[in-house]
Amino acid sequence: MTTSQSNRRDFIKSSGLAAGGLWVGVSLPLAGRLAEAASVAAPPTPVTAFVKVAADNQITLIIPKSEMGQGVFTGLAQAVADELEVDWQKITVESAPVAEVYHLPFVPSQFTGGSSSIAGSFAAMRKAGATARLLLIHAAADTLGVPASELQAEHGMVIHAASGRRLPFGTLAAHAATLPTPQDPPLKDPSQWRYIGKDMPRVDSRVKSTGKALFGLDVRLPNLHFAVVARAPTFGGRVASLDSSAAKAVPGVIAIKEVPSGIAVIAKHTWAALQGRKALKVQWQDGAGATFSTSQLAKDYAEKVKQSSMVVHTLGNPSAVTTGEHLEADYVTPYLAHAPMEPLNCAVDFNATGCDVYTGTQFQTGDRAAAAFVAGLNPEQVRIHTTYLGGGFGRRANPASDFVREAVSVAKDFGAPVMTVWSREDDIQGGYYRPQAHNRMTATLAADGKPLLWTHTQAVQSLTRGTPLEKMVTDPKTGVERLQHEGASTMPYQIPNVQVSVHDGRAPVPVLWWRSVGHSNTAFAVESFIDECAHAAGIDAISYREALLAEHPRHLATLKLAADKAQWGKKLPAGRAHGVAIHEAFNSVVAEIAEVSLVDGRPHVHRVVAAVHCGIAVNPRLIESQIEGAICYGLSAALFGEITLEEGRVQQSNFNDYPPLRMAEMPAVEVHIVPSTDYPSGIGEPGTPPIAPAVANALFALTGIRARRLPLTHTSFSPTKPA
Amino acid sequence: MRLTINGQHHDIDASADMPLLWVLRDLVGLTGTKFGCGAALCGACTVHIDGVATRSCVLPASAVVGKQITTIEAIGGTPLGKKIQDAWVAEDVPQCGYCQSGQIMSATALLKTTPKPSNAEIDSAMNGNICRCGTYSRIRKAIHRAAEG
Repeated sequence: MTTSQSNRRDFIKSSGLAAGGLWVGVSLPLAGRLAEAASVAAPPTPVTAFVKVAADNQITLIIPKSEMGQGVFTGLAQAVADELEVDWQKITVESAPVAEVYHLPFVPSQFTGGSSSIAGSFAAMRKAGATARLLLIHAAADTLGVPASELQAEHGMVIHAASGRRLPFGTLAAHAATLPTPQDPPLKDPSQWRYIGKDMPRVDSRVKSTGKALFGLDVRLPNLHFAVVARAPTFGGRVASLDSSAAKAVPGVIAIKEVPSGIAVIAKHTWAALQGRKALKVQWQDGAGATFSTSQLAKDYAEKVKQSSMVVHTLGNPSAVTTGEHLEADYVTPYLAHAPMEPLNCAVDFNATGCDVYTGTQFQTGDRAAAAFVAGLNPEQVRIHTTYLGGGFGRRANPASDFVREAVSVAKDFGAPVMTVWSREDDIQGGYYRPQAHNRMTATLAADGKPLLWTHTQAVQSLTRGTPLEKMVTDPKTGVERLQHEGASTMPYQIPNVQVSVHDGRAPVPVLWWRSVGHSNTAFAVESFIDECAHAAGIDAISYREALLAEHPRHLATLKLAADKAQWGKKLPAGRAHGVAIHEAFNSVVAEIAEVSLVDGRPHVHRVVAAVHCGIAVNPRLIESQIEGAICYGLSAALFGEITLEEGRVQQSNFNDYPPLRMAEMPAVEVHIVPSTDYPSGIGEPGTPPIAPAVANALFALTGIRARRLPLTHTSFSPTKPA
Repeated sequence: MRLTINGQHHDIDASADMPLLWVLRDLVGLTGTKFGCGAALCGACTVHIDGVATRSCVLPASAVVGKQITTIEAIGGTPLGKKIQDAWVAEDVPQCGYCQSGQIMSATALLKTTPKPSNAEIDSAMNGNICRCGTYSRIRKAIHRAAEG
């Protein structure tokens, strides 16, 4: 049997503290454990909050962003390493603890989301590298007794060219750490970049290909216990009565504990906790949502969008447009679960110095505050240890901190560290979904086919109501949250009269951002409906868009690149068709052209050609993988993804009825990047919004049938029309 | 019960119905094998039982007494496993990485029986392994690379 002692060694080993070479790990700032690790290898010296240098010249970069697959450990390491002048092979990367120095440049918190991983921190991380380089140069100047202007840094050494003397960073770190921080260190000219803009290999590929990467679920602490929570079957439900005698009799079950979210079963291992939960006899008092159904919500929303809603964006004089060809259509999108591969989890260790929280989170600052509140501690007494995230997609960035809050409640007063584990069913049924939405679109076309008028009325829930983030994203004039209508109010097509309105939906279902946030809904409506306008006008879908995008050169360049690479207009094999969509999100523009057919009457996507305008491509290979991934994620949802509720109960439970795309369904994806020297913009999410409309538009081109409701399983496509 | 995991004997004190996944993760401390669905739907928990790719999340540990259990922690000790892991690194396959232990175990079992698989054979062998990050194209490339290398 493995002991907790050897488990602890496993944790340290997989945390990278014991290994040399190119490793990646999570930080372990617990004093006791660091001391233990010190016996394995001398701890590196922190030169700044972002750069540590070991005696053997190994460089550790502290990345204040969560690595959830988007490649931020690699991309930001490129930014720091380039300015620091160190060799890629010498770099190791670890997660930052929670501290002000790691806050985002414009938001007082540590947060990974909004496609800001590289875009939001690129400048700051370059500066972090340049600052550390200058400190090391100043230390060398003191050591050598020469002016700093005679020194330069190269390959992890400070070099005095005049005398040929070379000082490795490892010999300078301790002195450098004592020097005053230079305020405006000079940055390299882009022509001198060694890593930025290159296909640098991911720093985490090896640990993730050998089972050594440490995810939240892999944290092992001395005497760690495992818990699962029985939660009410309806949102807002409460425990009415509990008989836990059978659960307590399950071997390995240690305690049954009521927590605000339900009944926690704490056990020696996860299996015992799961078996114990099965044996609980709980009577639930229904929550406010016990009569709720998504089909009824769809009917309500369809009525609401016909009534007056809050206008959030107006151009021209929409009510004055009375003549022209009138089009109207309703687009409907469902609730969606994020379903990251790693189910949610959080380990909590109350100890003499406060509370240590181990989890893969996208929102360290919020989670720390929530954990402190539940624990009855000051935030400074709570240490968040960010592990690798087995997928995030927004679910691990919850302003309500649901899974952290709950885990702290479970562990509090238990007397040993506890990891609260969610099963897949807990994850699918536990709420915090991309909201269901209804989009009512109307347009009036002039004689030349161009729209004179465009209106878009949405019914959709707010994502942040009642959370600390509400004020930041809500327009004080209208009281409407921007995330509800992003992509609708920012619709780029040049149309003289536009009106965008929002009916603020209310439903007893907790909602949250889902990869690309509001855009995943609005892009489907906007890019499908513009396709309807093009068809009604009898104009090619790309030409039509181009004519309306004259003021958007980035859109035009992106659309043209995609069209060229996909050979838009070329005759495809019988039974296949192309469809296009273009959308801007997180300051990046992505155009996608999907090639589809019907297989046994069901849509199949063979190929997607994507073009992306995201400013400086910090790592083109990472960009390619993010666009591939965003397409896979969006296509899973477009083809099959749907969370429905009846009588307040979620109808789906696992990957059988909430199926993600599998390998045989994955299209060939080609990614083309528009060359640019603009500041880098978002890349994790902007690939998702265009895929659903691109596929729906292709299916229309193929069959003449317009899918206006997602997922596409709701639309019956007739056999291919004759060519 | 006595299990043979990665060539080593482990005496396990667990109920007969406890799935191998939880024995590996919570009792033996081998956390490379992942929990994804608990219902053999996603493949994250794939291990080899006498060389055959098997979902450990629904496999009672008592059913594998006397069999050779191989996990991601040991697969790199075989020439084929090492080659596949190297191909994964060369192609930069992982994104979040959570599913990749299972993907590699399925890929290794495939190449053992089908050293030069076609795309269709890869799709068929790998279709039980879900990746939410969408690394499928690179997985396919990495399998071809390992098959050629």
